Amino acid sequence: MNVLAKILLSLLLFATAGWAAAADQLVAVDGPLGPRLDIGKGGQCVEDPKFMRSNHMRLIIHQRDETVRKGIRGSKYSLTNCVDCHASKVNHSVLGSNQNFCQGCHTYAAVKIDCFECHSSKPREFRKASNLAVENLK
Amino acid sequence: MSDVNQERRQFLTKGSALAAGIAIAPGMLLFDFAQARPAGEPASSAVRWGMLIDTTKCESGCDDCVTACRTENGWPEPKTATDVQWMRKVELKQVATGRHVNLPMMCQHCAEPPCVDVCPTGASFKRADGIVLVDKHRCIGCRYCMMACPYEARSFVHEPVLDHDSDMPRGQGTVESCTLCVNRVDRGEQPACVEACTKNGHRALVFGDLNDPNSEIYLRIRSVTSTQLRADLGLNPGISFVGL
Repeated sequence: MNVLAKILLSLLLFATAGWAAAADQLVAVDGPLGPRLDIGKGGQCVEDPKFMRSNHMRLIIHQRDETVRKGIRGSKYSLTNCVDCHASKVNHSVLGSNQNFCQGCHTYAAVKIDCFECHSSKPREFRKASNLAVENLK
Repeated sequence: MSDVNQERRQFLTKGSALAAGIAIAPGMLLFDFAQARPAGEPASSAVRWGMLIDTTKCESGCDDCVTACRTENGWPEPKTATDVQWMRKVELKQVATGRHVNLPMMCQHCAEPPCVDVCPTGASFKRADGIVLVDKHRCIGCRYCMMACPYEARSFVHEPVLDHDSDMPRGQGTVESCTLCVNRVDRGEQPACVEACTKNGHRALVFGDLNDPNSEIYLRIRSVTSTQLRADLGLNPGISFVGL
């Protein structure tokens, strides 16, 4: 076994152990046969979870036009806010495995997510904060 | 001249006295007018964001503005001619005299942007406050805007963006350019390049509302000679240069 394989295996074991530790946080959505998701902070945020499950895409698509084209900021519906709360505490992302919040459900429902081809799947605190841009200069 | 409107004349006198009272010295104000737009309010057409670049203060070899832009908006250092480049430092040499001029080049945020005229999907658009943007939700990556722009200010993202480490969404297959740090401006902050240039003491970049008589940029543009690039095209860019 070469070194790379060893590193990969240990990483895999580490990640599995991480999720096992967080396994009590996995929440079954859509009954016992539905996906079990790491919902991050969880709890009700902007709307009732049942409403969000079927309507989140409508809220976000409306918001994207309002914010990008008209410059309206500060709406309670925002993709960044979704990610901030629902990113896994294990890998700090809403993507990565079928237990991650966005990816898990979208895989189950067989719906492609385009959002994260451009948007960050990490919460704000795990990105390079905007105010660091200038402080990073020598 | 009996038809002079005395009321208007008085108003103008009072108005200029007020402006003089607020400004301690040219370019120095008693208080800062920039503030975040309240939540839920759209960008206003009463505002026109612009920038004044003083090439006499822009130092040769310094690229702090470009570095700040890259860090803020998360675009990698360009290695080839087709790599993404929102902003670049340009050094010009006047052949006859040997005089060197340094300046940063980026989207000039035209009042009549040709990139918006040619966009087939409406992705390229001008916001009410004059900031020219690409709505990447609608961009199909045809690159027509890149051909239309006389400043070569736009880039196409050829490679997948794997590490979204900034607040600025970026993605493969779309065109992008300087946004005047629209997310910072909406929070009432300055664009990252301006903040970097101010911080290192060069103060070559001044950002502000071209329509606000109390803003530093308004006062500066009225007191010094400035030029727009390719003014002959009639695009009325929001970016002006001093010392070209």
